[in-house]
Amino acid sequence: MLAVEITDLTKDYAIGFLRKRPRRALDKLNLQVAAGEVFGLLGPNGAGKSTTLKLLLRLIFPSSGTARVLGKDLDDVSMHARIGYLPEQPYFYDHLTAREFLNYAAALFGMAGGLRQRRVGELLERLGLSDSADIPLRKFSKGMTQRVGIAQALINDPELVFLDEPMSGLDPLGRREVRDLILDLKNQGKTVFFSTHIFSDAEMLCDRVAILDRGRLQGCGELREILRVGVSATEIVLDNPSEELLTELHGLATRQVRTGKRVRLEIADEKGVPQALQTILRAGARIVSLNPVKMSLEDYFMARVGEAGEQHRRHGEIEITAGGKQ
Amino acid sequence: MRRIATIAWHAFKESVRERVLYNLVVFALLLIGAAILFGSISVGIDYMIIVNLGLSSISVFGLFMAVFIGIGLVWKEIDRRTIYSVLAKPVRRWEFIIGKYFGLMLTLIINTAIMTAGFYLALAYQKKTLELPDLAALQAIYFILLQLAIVVALALLFSCVSTPILSAAFTLSLYVIGSFLSDIRWFGQETGSALVMNLTAALYYLLPNFSNFNVINQIAHENSIPSALLISNSLYALLYVTIVLSAAVLIFEEREFR
Repeated sequence: MLAVEITDLTKDYAIGFLRKRPRRALDKLNLQVAAGEVFGLLGPNGAGKSTTLKLLLRLIFPSSGTARVLGKDLDDVSMHARIGYLPEQPYFYDHLTAREFLNYAAALFGMAGGLRQRRVGELLERLGLSDSADIPLRKFSKGMTQRVGIAQALINDPELVFLDEPMSGLDPLGRREVRDLILDLKNQGKTVFFSTHIFSDAEMLCDRVAILDRGRLQGCGELREILRVGVSATEIVLDNPSEELLTELHGLATRQVRTGKRVRLEIADEKGVPQALQTILRAGARIVSLNPVKMSLEDYFMARVGEAGEQHRRHGEIEITAGGKQ
Repeated sequence: MRRIATIAWHAFKESVRERVLYNLVVFALLLIGAAILFGSISVGIDYMIIVNLGLSSISVFGLFMAVFIGIGLVWKEIDRRTIYSVLAKPVRRWEFIIGKYFGLMLTLIINTAIMTAGFYLALAYQKKTLELPDLAALQAIYFILLQLAIVVALALLFSCVSTPILSAAFTLSLYVIGSFLSDIRWFGQETGSALVMNLTAALYYLLPNFSNFNVINQIAHENSIPSALLISNSLYALLYVTIVLSAAVLIFEEREFR
């Protein structure tokens, strides 16, 4: 079953004061997120991540295209009873305490008194807010506000949780707690759809990721596939090799980096690895380590966004050239 | 219905924590208290002075409360982005607007009740006793509440589309114009120009007409209020509030929260 199904979703904003002109924030996005998945939406600032989430939550309306959440149209607000949402850089009511705010959030779901108190207590405990539950939210730090935001997103025990930059503003301990919480949600069979620009978090948590840049989908796939396909080289670290050996390996290694007595060789061609090893062993040099160099999610992201940027730049140049000729 | 009540209760709690509200209530009570002083130095017209000043204080300070809290209730939610987490819950946009409206009305009713109690204390102090005819002032207070119900709806409407300062300016302007609508229409008829007559008649029917709600003078002069006026003012306020809130809901339904 699909938790989120997005088809050709497009959003244009009107910019300019007197002469309004459209700016495309999201361009024909197609995505499917299966139930039970942890799905990461990656992209630089202004890529369209928050726009996508706001469209799915009906905070803004699509210019064209459609989307379904938990099998329901976006206009069907009753579906919101089954989802949770953490906005980016959340801000909540100054005059309320964390407990009061969570009670308000629970009441909006129609939760009765006893159940509401129990759920609020559980979440305050789970998010480490029990000690500050009765302090007004205006006195909360950014990290604590973020925790309150996560708590309110989970108050209704949702099937699907949208988290917009959930690690933002959290210290390393807080980030770890949120990571654990997302993994807990996954273990409970929930679907988590979150946006982030922190790749290590996405690498640790996501089953699949999508990369957005300038409102366009640049890539989407299973994380393990992306990371497996991306074995780009083999790295050999040698301890104090002779200059003759390094000269001999020069043709095989694409990179040689010396750090103190150690030299790191990178061999791009897989077939060159046995030959390099034979040469090293023959010379009697000591091998410290031998590892495949995997493409990280960050490398993948940079490659995709870099390609898109290059295309965009070329497209712009062509347009400028064409304009110049006219 | 439960969601509307939840939002209304939250809006009520939010507004009663506004310090400006307490300042206004205190000022109103002080002014009502001062009416005793003015009454005591006026020979023979002390009742009229107390009723006039007391009810006018309730009206003016009620208006300030309605405007200054009404213009911020929705605007603050949008400006501070607290609206995101509310609308992501199973809350329909019209429920949010209606809930906010009732929350603010509850605040105003309670504050008006406090000011009314102050007014009757002042009256009792001056007259040494309260009699059944003194309850006639409640009719004027009821009309003040009806006016406030319209003012809050207008403030809420402007709050959906504009900044607090502009919303306050629009709402107060409409209140002032609305208080003189009968005079404006009379002026139009006196000019004899068809264009001016039609224009002032259009304004008379389109803008909120507060002229019929001000019965403070009649009460002060111990004249009775016709029951037909009670019914017509109640129906007018109900109709006007319904129209203005419907407009607010229509605008809010289309509003995007970037």
